[in-house]
Amino acid sequence: MLKRVSRWSGIAVVAGLLVAGSAGAGRAQTEVMVWHAMGGALGEKVKALADAFNASQSEYRVNAVYKGNYAETMTGAIAAFRARQHPHVVQVFEVGTATMMAARGAIKPVYELMAEAREPFDPGAYLPAVTGYYTTADGKMLSLPFNSSTPVLYYNKDAFRKAGLDPARPPRTWPEVGQTGQKLQAAGLPCGFTTDWQSWIQLENFSAWHNVPFATRANGFGGLDAELRFNSPRHVRHIAQIADWQKTKLFDYGGRRNEATVKFTNGDCGMLTESSAGYAGIKRTARFEFGIGPLPYWPDVPGAPQNTIIGGASLWVMAGHSPSAYRGVARFFSYLASPEVQADWHQFTGYLPITRAAYELTRKQGFYEKNPGTEVAILQMTGKPPTEHSKGVRLGNMVQIRDVIDEELEAVWAGKKSPREALDAAVQRGNELLRQFERANR
Amino acid sequence: MDKRAVFHHRVLPYLLVAPQIAITLVFFFWPASQALWQSVLVEDAFGLKTEFVWLDNFRALLADPEYRRSFGVTAVFSVSVTALALTAALLLATMADRVIRGAGAYRTLLIWPYAVAPAVAGVLWLFLFNPTVGIVAFALRQVGYRWNHLLDGGEAMLLVVLAAAWKQISYNFVFFLAGLGAIGRSVIEAAAIDGAGPGRRFVRIVLPLLSPTVFFLVVVNVVYAFFDTFGIIHAVTGGGPAGATQILVFKVFKDGFLGLDLGRSAAQSVILMAVVIALTVIQFRYLERRVHY
Repeated sequence: MLKRVSRWSGIAVVAGLLVAGSAGAGRAQTEVMVWHAMGGALGEKVKALADAFNASQSEYRVNAVYKGNYAETMTGAIAAFRARQHPHVVQVFEVGTATMMAARGAIKPVYELMAEAREPFDPGAYLPAVTGYYTTADGKMLSLPFNSSTPVLYYNKDAFRKAGLDPARPPRTWPEVGQTGQKLQAAGLPCGFTTDWQSWIQLENFSAWHNVPFATRANGFGGLDAELRFNSPRHVRHIAQIADWQKTKLFDYGGRRNEATVKFTNGDCGMLTESSAGYAGIKRTARFEFGIGPLPYWPDVPGAPQNTIIGGASLWVMAGHSPSAYRGVARFFSYLASPEVQADWHQFTGYLPITRAAYELTRKQGFYEKNPGTEVAILQMTGKPPTEHSKGVRLGNMVQIRDVIDEELEAVWAGKKSPREALDAAVQRGNELLRQFERANR
Repeated sequence: MDKRAVFHHRVLPYLLVAPQIAITLVFFFWPASQALWQSVLVEDAFGLKTEFVWLDNFRALLADPEYRRSFGVTAVFSVSVTALALTAALLLATMADRVIRGAGAYRTLLIWPYAVAPAVAGVLWLFLFNPTVGIVAFALRQVGYRWNHLLDGGEAMLLVVLAAAWKQISYNFVFFLAGLGAIGRSVIEAAAIDGAGPGRRFVRIVLPLLSPTVFFLVVVNVVYAFFDTFGIIHAVTGGGPAGATQILVFKVFKDGFLGLDLGRSAAQSVILMAVVIALTVIQFRYLERRVHY
């Protein structure tokens, strides 16, 4: 009996020490919990960023935790919020923006955070093409863009040479893509071009690039009552053109996400539209010389090309934490946005820089000369100031809307539906999802 | 004199069943009641605004042609998976039952796939059949068939059925093998002496004696195909192309966990629960009559 008591008291003492120890650490350093979705090499880079920040000061300690893919990270943070166990910061992909924004009681806007923490913050220092996606109509930044990319055209220079094409001149327009594809096929390639992320590139970015609405109410920036508009004659013509090419494999469908990249890197398809962030992966796997050009456009559309929009993710601050923790978050955000950190992140990952200073610094360091093509994405985004059709897309239930678009486009590529029918159906089904979201978030 | 044992405790029986009741309550009735309650609500993802909407979620679902189509897809998928997994397992079990040398090794190898997680099984099959780099797709291309489950709904269905059934064959195999082992040699030998060939012995003797196992496995396999296969669908086709492999449980997962629309997702799981309860009742009422224990 005595023995048992002493054992229990031993455990109690140890537990007490642990509690006291952690409480002591808590007093000395405020912990900032960041949940992110960056696996592999990117995850290690995020950890390195947090470690460097922790080493740079002693007041706060950022704890960056990998929580699975984008959807899992977001779902995890929402479940944690429902149980009031949520992190300070969570990385949310761009299609989750409307959901986060609508949850006013669950988030703390970045502009508010910076003001309350008295952290120096100049919205003018950021690249509007990048931050616009995460900014209110009157220019207030809600979340901090973290990893952003935009679609570009990758092309196989070796295949171009074989087909007698100029490897320094990628096709600029969609009709040129058609001609180039024919020549590539004539030279023996099984397929001319393919695309990743069809909804994001061939409809969302297509709309911005041609300055036509993807949805009403400035693509949803103006309110929850937006309606989809991607069944216009211009959209239908574009999809009809690609569907036509599918018949001769001038275009060959490769999957909903980035599965089509392998069709390009194994040499089957001579051209690929894919995110600028795919650069590192393509460089690693392609056994041929490749080039990067801007996303093609239709030359007869007035105002085209406008600017493309971003994909990727941003950092959202969650509500309900202490002011001291928020000061830590603000300090960490300032660190992330500093030119040196941004320039390093941009050059290491291929994601876009979020500030002008980081872009200038990268240019001065000679990165773009050493890595030809990496500047295309930035030029393409910053060529013209964004319009209400090219600022971004902010629609609720966007994850499901993209699924609907994927389903309908697959029916087009398989020849089961006409482009007109499919886009009409996608718009109608998508609008029902928008109304559902509007009802839940009124 | 009454020889029956009579227990006079009033409380003890309840205490003895309490753990099982508690587990059922916590892990079945409580989540099921939560799903029922959630299915009549419209709520934002964070649970900040909740509205009671009666049966609006169900009405919207049943009005959605894509959702109704999903029933047909689920029926095709479940029947195919169950039929394929059962026949293949029965075939393998009868073969393994006859093997004398190295029986243990064969049996172990045949049981292995059951240990593979559904998503991993899906990825394995996906690699084999990937239209660009898959080895089976490559072999098919050599004989002049262009396999492309990314665009062909029938091929996509075939692929997920293969992956889902392959995983379940091991489980069925174990039960069939045990069932076959329980059939007395003397019965079969007697039939053989009477002149019944292997085929006839199988149909007239083995199969009827195996019917309790078959019945049990049909129930288990249908439940498996309905509920446990979303990992495979998620990894292989994502419900595509154009909804051709969108089974009910995958849509529950997609709308709830990816789309964060908890009300509609809960309504779907309530419908799914009703379907499976109905199927199980039908199986017990009509199929069980033909089972000889």
